[in-house]
Amino acid sequence: MDTNNFKSPKNNALALMFLPCAVYYFIFDYIPMGGLMIAFKDYSIRDGILGSPWVGFQHFETLFSGSEFLLVIKNTLFISIIKIILGFFAPVVFALLLNEIRIGFLRKGFQSLSLLPYLFSWVILASIFRLIFSNSGPANEIISWIGVDKPINWLSDDFWFIVVIISTDIWKGIGIGAIIYMASISAIPIELYKAAKIDGANRFQQIFYITLPQLKPTMITLLILSMGGFLSAGFDQIYNMYNPLVYDVADIIDTYVLRMLTNLNFEIATAAGMFKSVVAVILIMTSNSISKRLTQGQQGLY
Amino acid sequence: MMIKESFGSRLFDVINISLFLVLSFTMFYPLLYCLVLSLSSEVYASQGGFFLYPRSFDLTAYKAVFSKPHLLSGLLNSIARVLISVPISVFFTALCAYPLSRKDMPHRKPLFLFVLFTMLFSGGMVPIYLLYHSIGLLDNRMVYLVQGLISAFNVILIRNYFQNIPDSMHQAAMIDGATEWYIFFRIYLPLSRPILATVAMFQTIFHWNSWYDAVIYMNSDSKVVLQAFLQRIVIEQEWAMLRDNFIGLAPESIKAATVVITVVPIMIVFPFVLKYFSKGIMLGGIKE
Repeated sequence: MDTNNFKSPKNNALALMFLPCAVYYFIFDYIPMGGLMIAFKDYSIRDGILGSPWVGFQHFETLFSGSEFLLVIKNTLFISIIKIILGFFAPVVFALLLNEIRIGFLRKGFQSLSLLPYLFSWVILASIFRLIFSNSGPANEIISWIGVDKPINWLSDDFWFIVVIISTDIWKGIGIGAIIYMASISAIPIELYKAAKIDGANRFQQIFYITLPQLKPTMITLLILSMGGFLSAGFDQIYNMYNPLVYDVADIIDTYVLRMLTNLNFEIATAAGMFKSVVAVILIMTSNSISKRLTQGQQGLY
Repeated sequence: MMIKESFGSRLFDVINISLFLVLSFTMFYPLLYCLVLSLSSEVYASQGGFFLYPRSFDLTAYKAVFSKPHLLSGLLNSIARVLISVPISVFFTALCAYPLSRKDMPHRKPLFLFVLFTMLFSGGMVPIYLLYHSIGLLDNRMVYLVQGLISAFNVILIRNYFQNIPDSMHQAAMIDGATEWYIFFRIYLPLSRPILATVAMFQTIFHWNSWYDAVIYMNSDSKVVLQAFLQRIVIEQEWAMLRDNFIGLAPESIKAATVVITVVPIMIVFPFVLKYFSKGIMLGGIKE
């Protein structure tokens, strides 16, 4: 049987099955990738993408010579680095602590509730948080119980805005993030813990020397994946929660791209978006190969 | 084997459980708050503060929201979007995954990379907008079908599942004269119900929660989905949306009622989330 081409009827069927998928990706993913050439052109709608004249790296020079985009990059990095670090450790700690709860229905209940925010879009959550963090909302009511009399402007103060953005992001992702770790934990043979107990290991030693090492492969995979979001910072969340008072700290690459798009500045918008995508791919590939090298090819994404 | 618990160990348990009680409270309180706020009359709603139960029971906010022009069409658009897009998306994702799971598929590796690459790199907002413009997808409900129709991540999930189905099944069917199509429809799809349900769940959440495509690609108010309606009323605070003829109603209650209306339908998926996720999704590598 011929297995290397599409001549046999059997392979024909397989090719036919793949065809819709190939057409879909070609039109809706690969053609837009080709459209990135707008970033190197003086684009006019009349001439179309192909007909517009090339201008080289001119738009990238414009982008990086102004102070606006540099501030946008700074904001993006600041938010995304904190999110990546805390968002990486929070689900691990959550899973480890949840696993220590030995009352079954409590553990199950806590885990179920932690998955609730996963269902909701940032439009929904931002709508709710705008009410909760308003001046007369419950957040200010709660801090007044512990003796803070002046209400905090959670969403219009630079510092508190970042605090709210980061904590709500971790809050939303902690349950779903922990799921993957819980699956790895439940795969650990119980004998390991029994043996450790006999050797006199206490609970913290068991966590550090048995559970945590078992989670390492999953942690590495997730860390590599999170590198792709290095220049993302969370458009859905920030776009729906920010307001002009915090633009200084909250304007990120994606909100900048959208603003350029609505100003019909297509070339700058494309250049900024392309910069972000290229950095993401480079970071994923680099961290993947570093991870492979460190673990002798054991741990990589692909 | 029972070892007497040390004091430290028990103290840890108490602190740990208290911590989770507080955290779990924060998980559902925001929703509860919205529900209570939406049922509160103006006096209580504008007073604000922290509450656990409604101090009045008032459905005026819901009457006000349902009397708004685009709420009902938004709700219907969202429901139709999920009912139409999800099954089609699951079918084409599985159809794409099947040949990629077959070892005898010619050029399998480059084709897999062709799919995988779309997960890593994208043309971004502007080229996609211009593409939609040129093929007539702007202000066209077809956008709701095209968005996320075949996501590479879901293809990989289903492909991995297909690969775990013993190849002897495939061989036996082949010997009996079955075609690849027959094997796909009659053997692989029925055997893969759990993963197909999981992908359907992902897609339901994705389609219900999408708002950005409606904001960017739709011009007609009648084609906008519920989330975009919510976005306009609460985030953009469009005055025309918030204004109403009902007396004794705070704008906060209208916002909260709109949130509740948007949240309730997606709660249907929650039991499935618990069922498929609490078993645990194994994040295997996407290696060949």
